[in-house]
Amino acid sequence: MSASDCHQPQGRPLTSRLGCSRTAADPAGLHLPACPAPHPPRTPSPSMRRARPGAGAPRMPAAGGGQAELGPRGGPLRQRESRRLPGGLARPAAPPAPSAGPARPAALALVTLLSFASRFHRLPEPPHVCWDETHFGKMGSYYINRTFFFDVHPPLGKMLIGLAGYLSGYDGTFPFQKPGDRYEQHNYVGMRGFCAFLGSCLVPFAYLIVLELSKSLPAALLAAFILIFDTGCITLSQYILLDPILMFFLMGAVLSMVKCNSCADRPFSASWWFWLSLTGVNLAGAMGVKFVGLFVVLLVGLNTIYDLWDLLGNLSLSLVMFGKHLLARVLCLILLPLALYTAMFAVHFTVLNKSGPGDGFFSSAFQSQLIGNNLHNVSVPEHLAYGSVVTMKNLRMAGGYLHSHWHLYPEGIGARQQQVTAYLHKDLNNLWIIKKHDSDTADLSDPSSPVEFVRHGDIIRLEHKETSRNLHSHQHEAPLTRKHFQVTGYGINGTGDSNDFWRIEVVGRKAGKLIKVLRSQVRLTHVATGCILGSSGKTLPKWGWEQVEVTCTPYLKESPNSLWNFEDHINPKLPNISLDVLKPSFAEILLESHMVMIRGNSGLKPKDNEVTSKPWHWPINYQGLRFSGVNETDYRVYLLGNPVIWWLNLVTIGLYLLIAVSTAVALKRGVQLTTELEELSRVVLRGGGQITLGWLLHYLPFFMMGRVLYFHHYFPAMLFSSMLTGITWDALLKFCAGFLSHSTTARKVYRGGFLALVLLITYSFYLFHPLSYGMIGPMASDPSSPMAGLRWMDSWEF
Amino acid sequence: MLGFLKKPVVVTAEINMNLMALTVMGLISRLWGLSYPRAVVFDEVYYGQFVSLYMKRIFFVDDSGPPFGNMLLALGGYLGGFDGNFLWNRIGAEYSINVPVWSLRLLPALAGALCVPLAYQILIELQFSHCAALGAALLILLENSLITQSRFMLLESILIFFILLAVLSYLKFYNLQRHSSFSGSWWFWLLLTGVACSCAVGVKYMGLFTYMLLLAIAGLHFWHMIGDQNFSNVSLMCHFLARALALVIIPMAMYLSFFYVHLTLLYRSGPHDQIMTSAFQASLEGGLARITQGQPLEVAYGSQITLRNVLGKPMQCWLHSHTNTYPIRYENGRGSSHQQQVTCYPFKDVNNWWIVKDPGMQQLVVSNPPRPVRHGHIVQLVHGITTRYLNTHDVAAPLSPHSQEVSCYIDYNISMPAQNLWRVEILNRESDTDVWKTILSEVRFVHVNTSAVLKASALSGASLPEWGYRQLEVVGEKLSKGYHQSMVWNVEEHRYGKSQEQKEREVELHSPTQMDISKNLSFMAKFTELQWKILTLKNEDTEHKYSSSALDWITMDTNIAYWLHPTSGAQIHLLGNIVTWASANVAALVYTCLSLWYLVRRRRKIYDIPEGAWQPWVSAGGICVGGWAVNYLPFFLMEKTLFLYHYLPALTFQILLIPIVLQHLSDHLCRSLLLKSMFSALLVAWFSSVYLVYSTFSPVTYGEPALSVTELKDLRWKDSWNILIRKQ
Repeated sequence: MSASDCHQPQGRPLTSRLGCSRTAADPAGLHLPACPAPHPPRTPSPSMRRARPGAGAPRMPAAGGGQAELGPRGGPLRQRESRRLPGGLARPAAPPAPSAGPARPAALALVTLLSFASRFHRLPEPPHVCWDETHFGKMGSYYINRTFFFDVHPPLGKMLIGLAGYLSGYDGTFPFQKPGDRYEQHNYVGMRGFCAFLGSCLVPFAYLIVLELSKSLPAALLAAFILIFDTGCITLSQYILLDPILMFFLMGAVLSMVKCNSCADRPFSASWWFWLSLTGVNLAGAMGVKFVGLFVVLLVGLNTIYDLWDLLGNLSLSLVMFGKHLLARVLCLILLPLALYTAMFAVHFTVLNKSGPGDGFFSSAFQSQLIGNNLHNVSVPEHLAYGSVVTMKNLRMAGGYLHSHWHLYPEGIGARQQQVTAYLHKDLNNLWIIKKHDSDTADLSDPSSPVEFVRHGDIIRLEHKETSRNLHSHQHEAPLTRKHFQVTGYGINGTGDSNDFWRIEVVGRKAGKLIKVLRSQVRLTHVATGCILGSSGKTLPKWGWEQVEVTCTPYLKESPNSLWNFEDHINPKLPNISLDVLKPSFAEILLESHMVMIRGNSGLKPKDNEVTSKPWHWPINYQGLRFSGVNETDYRVYLLGNPVIWWLNLVTIGLYLLIAVSTAVALKRGVQLTTELEELSRVVLRGGGQITLGWLLHYLPFFMMGRVLYFHHYFPAMLFSSMLTGITWDALLKFCAGFLSHSTTARKVYRGGFLALVLLITYSFYLFHPLSYGMIGPMASDPSSPMAGLRWMDSWEF
Repeated sequence: MLGFLKKPVVVTAEINMNLMALTVMGLISRLWGLSYPRAVVFDEVYYGQFVSLYMKRIFFVDDSGPPFGNMLLALGGYLGGFDGNFLWNRIGAEYSINVPVWSLRLLPALAGALCVPLAYQILIELQFSHCAALGAALLILLENSLITQSRFMLLESILIFFILLAVLSYLKFYNLQRHSSFSGSWWFWLLLTGVACSCAVGVKYMGLFTYMLLLAIAGLHFWHMIGDQNFSNVSLMCHFLARALALVIIPMAMYLSFFYVHLTLLYRSGPHDQIMTSAFQASLEGGLARITQGQPLEVAYGSQITLRNVLGKPMQCWLHSHTNTYPIRYENGRGSSHQQQVTCYPFKDVNNWWIVKDPGMQQLVVSNPPRPVRHGHIVQLVHGITTRYLNTHDVAAPLSPHSQEVSCYIDYNISMPAQNLWRVEILNRESDTDVWKTILSEVRFVHVNTSAVLKASALSGASLPEWGYRQLEVVGEKLSKGYHQSMVWNVEEHRYGKSQEQKEREVELHSPTQMDISKNLSFMAKFTELQWKILTLKNEDTEHKYSSSALDWITMDTNIAYWLHPTSGAQIHLLGNIVTWASANVAALVYTCLSLWYLVRRRRKIYDIPEGAWQPWVSAGGICVGGWAVNYLPFFLMEKTLFLYHYLPALTFQILLIPIVLQHLSDHLCRSLLLKSMFSALLVAWFSSVYLVYSTFSPVTYGEPALSVTELKDLRWKDSWNILIRKQ
């Protein structure tokens, strides 16, 4: 689609319309953030003009001829020139396309090639399950087998992995039990290759983003080289993980946002629409892989608000036009992503139609739709009777089954009686027997005695089948929700006291009616204290096996927390009747699955004595993650960023802040800047600002998260940090060179600085590449290891 | 010279009667019947114990915040001549005769009373009318929750006072900025801003939010000054330095000084000693200092030592061993080495003594002169009573199977040679040849054969089963796991061993240590440690009967019962004036919507209100809505137990917004005279209802008079309010 390109030379026939630059005849007063202000048509200063091709030359001989035209920020300038002098400057090889010259496509091709080469190098190694492949590979298999499962992340990433596996001929039979399992004959390379492909795309994306923001080829190249040669990015892209997929969509969103910004002078053009809707698509993708995608949604949202605010202040734009702008953004950035996001859940639920390990997390109604679930095409006794064995499920979203086990509440927490909890998994300990409050089961188990049904308003006892204790409550504080009463299992062999009596009531029914399995929403009122049995949703500490608290609440508010339904129902004396449970609507399923995911995420609390990764560890590359192998003889892969690159990134953030603040102050003080410096300050403040905002948004929220954190959570932020490094160093070098204008030293300084950085990065990659491509032999702590001298920090474990 | 005799001495005093009247009313409402009830009310039970400890000069750690607030409360006790002898154990307990209740509650009440005139002044400085200012002050005056919170020995009213003082001083400073920079009063208000901020932070860390807000506002104002070409670069620099001094440097110095006073006042050892490091404890009078006084400083070969784990969580413990061995098989079927157990034991015991031995020599006494152990030396550690060597090997530890078992070596199993060499690594060394020092050195023991590190794995509080006497587990952890405090030990008790024979040595181990050196920590070292402990120490998060979630506060869906008369129905509740709370919410909503509307319209160059009214409107919003937001929203991210009183600072800011919005509505939106008079009539009606609610609820605010059951039931306007009704 040629119209899609703002800058790429392929769209040559259309480029006169599609270029980012404005012609001098453009309506004045439009402030276009991403496009440089129009310059008088003049040639750039000679010192700056030669800088970039010089720097780029060693890698791209093709660029050698283009020196005369290629200024560092020469793109827009040159476009204008080339438009004025159609056919190019007497140089037939140079296409008259905007911003081109052969350098840019060549550079793009080079970085793409390098990127793919580095990511696909030794991809099938090691031929066993590495780290989280055990989860995501397994989930990919679930999709191929159409088995329902539960995960804390949205489904898109795993669906794509499953699809990649399916297309590459993986049959979904490998169990992915634990890291280190050999793949043997199973075809896993397809899935890894898919992830590596997406991971490789990050580099050209970063290149294009930086090019768009800074209009400087060296800056873009620097950012691309940093990502190519970062061992962390390589490692993370080579395995079956969600991260490369997430980062692909994330960078895609940023790229299309930036592209769309530079098309702002031509709103509602085909390319503008294309980039805007592509942003929306990518946002949906990012959100659909992991909830971390929310941060990039925020980034795009803030950018859009800024944009709209700018448009609003433009009085030459009528309110109707503004309304159109607003609507277009609502459509592409809110409605479209929402629709796509919902669609991927629809696919998810359609594909996974067989019962599997995740059933218990969902409501009875949902489970009844899964083939193979005991509720699917269920046939149970319809009405609840005394003597029946039942399971009770809490009606709150992601509520568990009423559960008890032999363990007691620990000392100091209420009465020292048997624990009663809510448990999300199906288990024998979820079974309860319904008994009358005044007679025992003995006579009920007699096959000849008549069946007596439970009626609304009856007073019953619930006996735990495994331990023969009665469901019991009393006026002790509940373990976590201190305002509620404790619920325990009490009594021996079903004999307890009057605190075991519960009145059973169905919501919205009259007294005396029968109680239906699955359909009736039941409330259990404690007779002695008048409180209602409910689940608070809070997770008990270790002594309660991290199951969910069950309490008796004295507050009689109607809420799903205190409502239950009967799910399993076993009574040999009653005939089984096939039931069609109320089919939940798609919206309900969607809401329910989100509640389950959110709860699952917040439930990932660090264990007490686990030494966890802290967000401040990450930018300093404090500690990596073992992907594969522990011992000396193993093939070891260690996820760790290239320390030279990471520390360069870290220093650059400080440097950037310094530069940005001084630039902003200088501008605010009204210091007169030369055109070059003005342009440079725009790149630093606007372009750099966007990237810095991205970095902050992808990093700071982790400080406030209570869940378990891992090193790899930093990688999205690291992408932004690397792009910032490209922009900052380019600006810095240009600024330094600017002092030495009109001399060859300026060019030398700029070129030398850039070369030094690239060489530094490449050399450090040469040193650290075994981290990604595998190490065998003694550990680095052993002086005989080839990596011995590279263990610069004690906390690295390779 | 004597010119003053020629003219009469004239003092022209200008007294704002409004302000005077408000102050007096504030004092009356907060101080009236202050010593009633003569019983411990709610959190007095918490703060009271610290006051007592201050009186007795006993060191404590209050993990809820910095010490300035507690110090102010203690000042009240000091002025009232409190001797600290009261057992703060139960809410509702009657005060004994030696407790000066009135003076203990005086400072919070004064602070609460002064909030009323402060509110008045703030609105004046925000350039709103006297009428609006009066309204703000009256709303604060009649806010039941603020009254209740001020009348007891609690910190919120002091916090709110300093917050409002900081805001007021900044506004005064800013208004002076235009015509008289660097004048005396300019400096005064600027410095007062910094001082008030640091006091607010010193009382409770919540003060930090307002401090940050003021810093941001000051930064914004300075940013505008940068753009102002009338200022030269030099004068801008001066302005910047003055602000940095007053708003950053002085608050930091003040904050440090709070701790300095705190540590100077509290020099005796007390109940929280064991949270601190040995070095800190040794600097306190009594306690550990009594034991460690006069110990030799340098650990030498032959030294007898006890080793304390630096982490000190969940409890302090010492490296320990006893004759019992690990069970051959654990409950889950795993095997052990069946050698002598090594644990971490939370009590002082003779079995905590170890002897540092040179692997190359047999003797267990200190030679003359002593040969000190240095960083990097290899030693053996001999258990004093059983004379077995500390050992670790590649056997899974009892509770943490991923780590190595640590034992005292017994030659039961011939296939398993002794691996009892340990390298001493001093972590806080200054050079690589540092000597291992008692108490001061933080030491890591690295096993020579396996490079495992000796670690107390007691973080979770899980203790060994019966066979290990419920003591804490000690393991050898792989060095690569990184630094953790549980891997660090320090010598606590220390003496040079003299006895050659085991029998004599046992006697020696049982005798107390005595020798002579004193150790003093610098203030900064003590401060860093104490500050770190305050920030990291976490009480177990449990839900309190009256705890609530931040969302309940806006609508006041919750209350806190502070006190109940032992016999009658008289009771005190933290319960706000519901009309004020609702109006404050409406005001915030109206303000936000109006501002958004104006902003959008201004962007289109349509000016609804004159520029002269726009500026005060914006700055009032910045302070009031901003103050509300920064003091409220962070609670959604906090995981600690929350109470309704945490909302009071935010509420104060929100209340200030009510008269601002009302005046704006009447000035700019009620265009016709009829509308204006209708609006005034509504105002009167609304204000009467505020007063009515105040007087209706004042019995549960002041605790007097006692209400009957039906009256109490009538007060339960919301189902979620927990009014205590005695069963007949």
